[in-house]
Amino acid sequence: MALFQPARGSASGTGAVRPAQPMPPAMAMQPVQPVQPAQPAQQARGRASGYEAVRASRDFWTIRRRLSSFIVPACVFLLGWYFLYVIIAVFAPGFMRVSVFGDVNVGLCFGVLQFASTFAIAVGYRRWAQRRLDPLTDRLRRRLEGGRY
Amino acid sequence: MPLAAAQTVGTPVLNFAIFAFFVLVTLVIAVSAGGKNKSTTDYYAGGRAFTGWQNGIALGGDYLSAASFLGIAGIIALAGYDGFLYSIGFLVGWLLVLLLVSEPLRNTGRYTMADVIDMRMRAVPVRTAAAISTLTVSLFYLLAQMAGAGALVSLLLGVSSTAGQDIVVAVVGLLMIFYVLVGGMKGTTWVQIIKASILAAGAAMTTLWVLSRSGFSLPELLRHAAAASPAGAAVLGPGLEYGASTVSKFDFISLAVALVLGTAGLPHVLMRLYTVPNAREARRSVVWTIWVVGLFYLCTLVLGFGAMWLVGGKQIEAAPGGGDSAVPLLAYHLGGTILLGIVAAVAFATILAVVAGLTITASASFAHDVYASVLRKGDADPVAEVRVARITAVVIGVVAVIGGICAKGIDVAFLVGLAFAVAASANLPSILYSLFWPRFTQRGALWSIYGGLISSVGLIIFSPVLSGQASAVGAIGASLITDRHVDFAFFPLNNPGIVSIPLAFFLGWLGTVTDRNPADAVRFARMQVRALTGVGAERSTRS
Repeated sequence: MALFQPARGSASGTGAVRPAQPMPPAMAMQPVQPVQPAQPAQQARGRASGYEAVRASRDFWTIRRRLSSFIVPACVFLLGWYFLYVIIAVFAPGFMRVSVFGDVNVGLCFGVLQFASTFAIAVGYRRWAQRRLDPLTDRLRRRLEGGRY
Repeated sequence: MPLAAAQTVGTPVLNFAIFAFFVLVTLVIAVSAGGKNKSTTDYYAGGRAFTGWQNGIALGGDYLSAASFLGIAGIIALAGYDGFLYSIGFLVGWLLVLLLVSEPLRNTGRYTMADVIDMRMRAVPVRTAAAISTLTVSLFYLLAQMAGAGALVSLLLGVSSTAGQDIVVAVVGLLMIFYVLVGGMKGTTWVQIIKASILAAGAAMTTLWVLSRSGFSLPELLRHAAAASPAGAAVLGPGLEYGASTVSKFDFISLAVALVLGTAGLPHVLMRLYTVPNAREARRSVVWTIWVVGLFYLCTLVLGFGAMWLVGGKQIEAAPGGGDSAVPLLAYHLGGTILLGIVAAVAFATILAVVAGLTITASASFAHDVYASVLRKGDADPVAEVRVARITAVVIGVVAVIGGICAKGIDVAFLVGLAFAVAASANLPSILYSLFWPRFTQRGALWSIYGGLISSVGLIIFSPVLSGQASAVGAIGASLITDRHVDFAFFPLNNPGIVSIPLAFFLGWLGTVTDRNPADAVRFARMQVRALTGVGAERSTRS
């Protein structure tokens, strides 16, 4: 899946220009790397398109890596956690009936924890994205849009 | 409360008056909001001018159907814990919408799900396939809502004759067509916001009322509920409804897979993500939705066990509509005719609003994907396109009314589960592959959409849903064809998700790796840059 690979120039272009890729880390945060402005359809296929250059740029790679560093573990966790719950409910209902206190049993606690984890992931993602992701995407978008004139 | 009262509880006149008031208010709003519908963006996406919280509440309104309000609480009231499992699947699925779909979808598409796939491959066959699957899922979901309307009517308005119920279903259909025609997406969104608000208020109020009876103690409520149930403490654990046999266990797992993966493939949810100005608001709106939906489902847990305790399973099963009547009966028990009237109006509003949301989605898909992009090759006159969308809305409304009349009496939550399975099989693989897999090709898209659609619908046709089960067993109702001699079911599970969803993902992969035409790398780069940064994304008409 694209999100999880390190950036590479795309393989399809005949003689696609591979932008200078592994930049020294010190330069990574420098504002203007020679990113070509996003040029829509008039770019002929096969030539290095503006979008491919952007996609291969260090800044874009940082965004992708940072985004996948959140959503991949989050999705693995939430699906695993949810299916663990379903499997236990279906194949070990006895365990779910074990009392925690009074009539409140493991199953009810487990279910309420599913709600809690859902709320936590949602709010956590929103906060994380606002702090760690949006500044990067904003900066890149402004630069791309600025490149049009 | 005497059992006889269960046949028609409350005073139908009051129920009707409260409902008519809701209809009147929402009609006024739909007319005033829709008066400014000029462009296709206004009609399909409400001008992309709704804020995150507005759209988040509207998404909740679109999502919390009669299946959620009446169906889940009803399952809990009759079978206890197993109903809770349903609601958790419905909720957790939203995280996939939030993390994987909402932002890239908002940035890359215009009005429909097919727009996203179109960013990767400009291909008429793919758009046609996406439109067909959108229409199929919408119709399945519509059918579920309309089927629920009939049962509700008999309980709440005292309309017990078949003809009377059919007329009310037809009136619901006509109202919904009117909302969509006049209000467009803007009017429909306001209807959703109002509906979600009164639904949340009604559920919260009834929940607090139930809790006040048990001294605001959940363990106390559970103790009373278990004591009132013939199954005793077993209702507090899983397995009462789905634990009967190995087949029913796998049936439940299949349902769980469909519920968690289906939300991210529901066309009316996806389309609503276009009504906000940018990806950030789309993200915000989904977080709002998760709060609304989650807190609501926690309320249904209390409502379900409350109905088990205060109303009792025997009376719920005897009432028209069965489990779906648990919440109305509970409301009547607690607050008499007034509270019942409010709950009845909320339930009707729910059906009406969800049906309107589905209709606008299906009509947009037909007008934008089929008419404008396939038939007119992309240069349709926007005025004509909106006209086609309106005509489609009328046709879909009529089909939904006829379907609702035919499908009366099938369990609502169960039908919705099937719609989720079709959505997760036909839509989700191609959306995820389009957004995240550079190699995904046209053949992969066609194989996954048609493969998922045909396998999920086909397995439903050859399952006990349609034939082979003459009488209801536990959670699983009788087949549509109750004739004992007609039995063409060979697939044992009621929900096809566990087979059709992995199959659709596999076919998408297989179609891609065997395709001799490679994916267009430039298009992928454009899609991904746009998805992550928002460059070139559709703007709000109001900014």
